[in-house]
Amino acid sequence: MAQQLVKKDDDRDDEAEYSPFMGIEKGAVLQEARVFNDPQLDARRCSQVITKLLYLLNQGETFTKTEATEVFFAVTKLFQSKDMGLRRMVYLMIKEISPSADEVIIVTSSLMKDMNSKIDMYRANAIRVLCRITDGTLLAQIERYLKQAIVDKNPVVASAALVSGIHLLQTNPEIVKRWSNEVQEAVQSRAALVQFHALGLLHQIRQNDRLAVSKLVTSLTRGTVRSPLAQCLLIRYTSQVIRESGNNTQPGDRPFYDYLESCLRHKSEMVIFEAARAITELNGVTTRELTPAITVLQLFLSSSKPVLRFAAVRTLNKVAMTHPTSVTNCNIDMESLISDQNRSIATLAITTLLKTGNESSVDRLMKQITNFMSDIADEFKIVVVEAIRSLCQKFPLKYRSLMNFLSNILREEGGFEYKKAIVDSIVILIREIPDAKETGLLHLCEFIEDCEFTYLSTQILHFLGIEGPKTSDPSRYIRFVYNRVHLENATVRAGAVSTLAKFGAAVDELKPRVFVLLRRCLFDSDDEVRDRATLYLNTLGGDGSVVETDKAVKDFLFGTFDIPLVNLETSLKNYVPSEEAFDIDSVPKEVKSQPLAEKKAPGKKPTGLGAPPSGPPSTADSYQRVLSSIPEFANFGNLFKSSEPVELTEAETEYAVNVVKHIFDRHVVFQYNCTNTIPEQLLENVIVIVDNSEADEFSEVFSRPLKSLPYDSPGQIFVAFEKPEGVPTLGKFSNVLKFIVREVDPATGEADDDGVEDEYQLEDLDIVSADYTLKVGVSNFRNAWESIGPDYEREDEYGLGPRESLAEAVNTVINLLGLQPCEGTEVVPPNSRSHTCLLSGVFIGNIKVLVRLSFGLDGPKDVAMKLTVRSEDETVSDAIHEIVASG
Amino acid sequence: MEFLATRRCLKYICFFVFAVSCPSIKNILLLDSEGKRVAVKYFSDDWPTNSSKLAFEKFVFTKTLKTNARTEAEITLLENNIIIYKFAQDLHFFVTGSDDENEIVLASVLQGFFDAVTLLLRNNVDKREALENLDLILLCLDEIVDGGMILETNGPLIAEKVTSHTIDADSSLSEQTLTQAWATAREHLTRTLLK
Repeated sequence: MAQQLVKKDDDRDDEAEYSPFMGIEKGAVLQEARVFNDPQLDARRCSQVITKLLYLLNQGETFTKTEATEVFFAVTKLFQSKDMGLRRMVYLMIKEISPSADEVIIVTSSLMKDMNSKIDMYRANAIRVLCRITDGTLLAQIERYLKQAIVDKNPVVASAALVSGIHLLQTNPEIVKRWSNEVQEAVQSRAALVQFHALGLLHQIRQNDRLAVSKLVTSLTRGTVRSPLAQCLLIRYTSQVIRESGNNTQPGDRPFYDYLESCLRHKSEMVIFEAARAITELNGVTTRELTPAITVLQLFLSSSKPVLRFAAVRTLNKVAMTHPTSVTNCNIDMESLISDQNRSIATLAITTLLKTGNESSVDRLMKQITNFMSDIADEFKIVVVEAIRSLCQKFPLKYRSLMNFLSNILREEGGFEYKKAIVDSIVILIREIPDAKETGLLHLCEFIEDCEFTYLSTQILHFLGIEGPKTSDPSRYIRFVYNRVHLENATVRAGAVSTLAKFGAAVDELKPRVFVLLRRCLFDSDDEVRDRATLYLNTLGGDGSVVETDKAVKDFLFGTFDIPLVNLETSLKNYVPSEEAFDIDSVPKEVKSQPLAEKKAPGKKPTGLGAPPSGPPSTADSYQRVLSSIPEFANFGNLFKSSEPVELTEAETEYAVNVVKHIFDRHVVFQYNCTNTIPEQLLENVIVIVDNSEADEFSEVFSRPLKSLPYDSPGQIFVAFEKPEGVPTLGKFSNVLKFIVREVDPATGEADDDGVEDEYQLEDLDIVSADYTLKVGVSNFRNAWESIGPDYEREDEYGLGPRESLAEAVNTVINLLGLQPCEGTEVVPPNSRSHTCLLSGVFIGNIKVLVRLSFGLDGPKDVAMKLTVRSEDETVSDAIHEIVASG
Repeated sequence: MEFLATRRCLKYICFFVFAVSCPSIKNILLLDSEGKRVAVKYFSDDWPTNSSKLAFEKFVFTKTLKTNARTEAEITLLENNIIIYKFAQDLHFFVTGSDDENEIVLASVLQGFFDAVTLLLRNNVDKREALENLDLILLCLDEIVDGGMILETNGPLIAEKVTSHTIDADSSLSEQTLTQAWATAREHLTRTLLK
């Protein structure tokens, strides 16, 4: 790399750009570093060499392990020199090299000497270097000095110790926590930055102790914190305390709000802004609380400093999402920012205005935006397009001017992401605003006439195939579609053929004309295009007389494909070519949930002997494989669903047992996964005695015991029950593990001949409604909702009583129903008072279910919910309501 | 809200744990008028390799090149990072922080860096002077931020810490009060001028 640099510089001789590092080369500099070993040290020269080494590192050059070690040892020699400037460079170099543990020992004594030096600058720097490179053992030795340093009268030394403490807290918390008293003293320091660092460290030490943090905030908000940075910290901690206590107080009567509000009158801008931002982010903030914060932010909007304008407009933009009316006061200042030199500020201003604007200002705004679109970057354009989309959803009557705007920018130059955002917006508008459909589709048609992105062309063709036939004059779109067959690449041509076929299938008058076009496609140069044309001609009856296309064919060709592709892939891989054709219905529809639970609790894993069974095969298809290997289950039919394992024992008990519930149409199979965690025992003839007295609709039909269960090798017991067909039968089962214990000599591994009968009580097991629902997502909820129709719609309202939060209520209901949340609606935005959640799934008996939940806060904490179910079966719709009513 | 809180925590855990509450700096960059490094310092591991660092520098440099950041520090939001920047002759100064950082705190760090460099280079803020005094620039970076934590934001104080090879307890205190007084006066003056 250095070599290249030299060459490059040689090439550009004529520019004659002088640099002290021109032609610098690593090997040469490493040679120069030998001066560090001279008996008579030349401090100036040594400093220069270190600078060169640092320059190389800074430019991204790397040293090999040996090179680094050599440099490090050479540098340590320089501690002999008394030159202060050189010492500073030595500190820097040591930090840059970050020596290994055995090398650190070499410099430790030198650094410890410097830590006790009379010279403050040495003390401060030595502390920072030592703490950077040290490990836990050394830290105990120097702890005493660090504690002293924290309360040192020189602020630089104190800060160095405090900041090092903040870093060390991550690796050696138990040591740093012992410094609380000193840190507390430093919080009272007169030096601004010491106060800041001390406060930061003190909070870090106590952050897991809510009460202590609350006390800290209470005492400091009353006192005087001098440093603006420390004040910013205090504001953050205050809002943390408010957040954590927030649930028990009425809005408007918030503790510490007065403190935040008083910070709005601070003399430092960073404190004012921090406080304003904290207020806008308060949970469930009221308009009255917001007003003073908005007022100071409004002042910032007309500041001469871009940073202040940006900070203010960005915060107001966020507020506009939840409290648009509170921000309208700033609209005049905001409008003047549209022409701001800084495009980030201008974009944020525009999007804020789009959020807060009223219907009458839309046209004027659009005009201003049109002028400014040409000179902003694509990513800002996307932000604007998204803002316009939401504006259009807010003011459907204005669709004409907004749609015009979108089609205009669609014609201009732009990258893929930008064009995609525009197309997506138009598609959404077409879906949501019926009046906009025809113009929107024509805009899209025009766009694909000259579209360089294959992905977008095919997406639009697909969309045209769905929406086009439903318009008043479908024939006008055929020309655009057929042009694609002539002018585009194979992917787009294939898409166009499918679209043509959809028109043919949906509109009978067009059928003969579409067949003519499709027949022409039979001569295409691409296989896929020809194949599609042939398929469509055959299935739609294009080879002979014009026939009414039946529903089955339509469903087959254009219906939704609701099988997860991953599952289909595994099933196809498992399929052995044979006489029997591949049955698509056998593919499980359950969406595999991400292994979140595993990620969440890596630290919770019990160690040692008590380790739970290391996960029997957990995915649906491996269950299927296990179950089908047992002949008794063969006639149960297809597996509908397997639950997540439910633990029936506490962690760290003698025997670890969990159960998986396998649901079939007329049967339920419990798979007990057992692990023996006692090395001295061998269990034999292990069975589970299941008492179904509280589940009388079930009757036991089969039980498969486990012959032997040696130490630490999991085994499975199966118990099967019969139940009424296709009905979500509920019940509670109590379980007892019965077995014969034989003592094992751990040394030899041999078991005693005599066994003793014993039993072990397990926890109860419930069959709940969620066991009968499958999480199956739909890609477009709205379409699915409409296609399922209102025939078996059931709607009712429920009061859920006081809840911790809206999000908690939403989650509870989702878990209760065991359905798949769609389109990200399981996420409740903060501060919202209402939320709509869309769920989809399949009920036992393979019946599709869609659920629309509308939540609203009723009073301070009571949650009310409206539940609307659509399904393919009346009883299922009722069953869903029953689940909620009884849950 | 809960969701937001977790997202926030997760993001920080891979960065600095203390950043949950303390303002923190991701990097400070000093580039020349072609976007090449003069001196850079990274504090976060968002950019683990040298090539990712170079790519980031190039990206930031080209995105900000056309703006006029010579009188006032400018600001932008790129790839979920806030970048505050200021240009002087053929030098481009940048400070990067995460997107939920207080912009004004970040700006104060940039201002401190810029003021200190101006003092250290005796008002000749250009690439040649900076490279000739690279040791001072590197020490300056070292005195502003330590592992992401802000150490000092007052330019004259930073410059003094870099150059003072002879501070001892007594003189530094008096000297410091003097510089501080000067800094406050200067700040006051700028503020009144701007109003």
